[in-house]
Amino acid sequence: MDKLLAEFSFGLFIVQTVLFVGLFLLLKKFAWKPILGAVNEREEGIKTALDSAKNARQEMESLNADNERILKEARAERESMMKDARQIKDAMINEAKEEAKAEGTKMIEQAQASIQSEKQAAIADLKKQVAELSIGIAEKVVRKELANDKDQSKLIEQLLKEVTIS
Amino acid sequence: MQRKNLVNLLTSLLLLVTFSMNASEGNKTEGEGHGENNIKQEIKEFISHHLKDSHDFSVFSYTAEDGEKKHIGFSLPVILVDNGLHVFSSSKFHHETTVAESNGNFYKIYHGQLVKTDSEGTITYDADHHATNTKPIDLSITKSVVMIILTGLLMLWLFVGLARSYAKNGGVATGAGRFFEPIILYIRDDIAIPNIGEKQHGKYMSFLLTVFFFIWFLNMFGLTPLGVNVTGNIAITFSLAILTFLITNVSGNKNYWKHIFWMPGVPVPMKIILAPIELLGVFIKPFSLLIRLYANMQAGHIVVMSLVGLIYVFQSWLGGSLSFFLVFAISIIEILVALLQAYIFTMLSALYFGFAVEEHDHEEAH
Repeated sequence: MDKLLAEFSFGLFIVQTVLFVGLFLLLKKFAWKPILGAVNEREEGIKTALDSAKNARQEMESLNADNERILKEARAERESMMKDARQIKDAMINEAKEEAKAEGTKMIEQAQASIQSEKQAAIADLKKQVAELSIGIAEKVVRKELANDKDQSKLIEQLLKEVTIS
Repeated sequence: MQRKNLVNLLTSLLLLVTFSMNASEGNKTEGEGHGENNIKQEIKEFISHHLKDSHDFSVFSYTAEDGEKKHIGFSLPVILVDNGLHVFSSSKFHHETTVAESNGNFYKIYHGQLVKTDSEGTITYDADHHATNTKPIDLSITKSVVMIILTGLLMLWLFVGLARSYAKNGGVATGAGRFFEPIILYIRDDIAIPNIGEKQHGKYMSFLLTVFFFIWFLNMFGLTPLGVNVTGNIAITFSLAILTFLITNVSGNKNYWKHIFWMPGVPVPMKIILAPIELLGVFIKPFSLLIRLYANMQAGHIVVMSLVGLIYVFQSWLGGSLSFFLVFAISIIEILVALLQAYIFTMLSALYFGFAVEEHDHEEAH
């Protein structure tokens, strides 16, 4: 302790204190404040950059999820639309088939009817012609046959009989 | 493994040195014991002279062939407050050998300290062989002050440069600042914030940074061949410690004083017992700071210089090379100590500031 007190120089103490405080004030104003400020600013910058990167990533993730969802929805919609279309198509085909069938049946029926009527007409015509022919033949036959009376009356009788039968 | 080997090697070397020292001492008694004693005395005086502040900046001195002592270095201004200001060059002391006269007063340097004497340079002593001459207030630009100014300028150059490089390069350090930026951040993140707290550390950062680099740089300068022992000077460490003391107690909040004078959470008799102890602690804390730094740096210089001195004591190939090796090893340790002491001073200052501004939301915890 004695040695310490003997070594202690009050003047040096004062000079050191003044110089140190001066150095401290100068450094504080021109070095430490700007340095710490810059470092803090940089750290804040890094922090905000990281945060914004994280946000962007999250946003992107949510966007991706959205895209996925939209895609899924679109796919589902397409699926349902195609199903509808198929159904409609099937229905249309079926309808057309039905209609065609109906038409066909109708046409067949008409054809049949017309055939029938044609046939009737043809038969009638045939009958008429046959009758005419028969009459013609009969005339000729009659003309020849009626040359004698006996035969004539016989034929008339026979004809009469026939007519009544038919 | 390697480290263990190194430790073993060092221990054995140390043993060898002590052994050979004994051996040489044995020789001495037979022959030229007187000369050896002279050398030892000379080394001792040289070391104690080196450890003190000096009024001129001598790089080295030698004795010329004609027996005249030559000093290489330069004189520094002496500034005294003794019934007015006295300013003269330290060359007037002729390397602390003669009496200097200024405005009718006579001064002499006695054991590194400037004392007032008569024209003959008489030193009066008290019973304990201490000089009783009056000591004027000595504001001289001594060797230490030169080094303080140089360190201050170096710090200004480095850190103002660093601050400017941030402004210039958009927040990125360039040049030498790149080396110091991590240290600044370390002081902030690992010394200031853990000890003082996130909220309060800002206002102490400037002091902590200044004190850390000031002590570190001066410690490192002390290891250069210039060998200026600034941080091993009691006045310097006292000045640093008193600043820590003042800042601590000026910024001490209600809680701090309450913990000193009326410790919460202990019975009343204990409070009464604790109060003087805590009050003493207020002074002991900075005192330990000043003694720790002073003693560590002083001891480092003494050890290194003693080991260098051993070379002259041995005057043999073996002893000389061994001390050279030891000096080398100790110097490396001293480089570590230089950083460590700066770190400890800063760390403890931060700790004390932390005590001063600590907030206790949880009273029952004490």
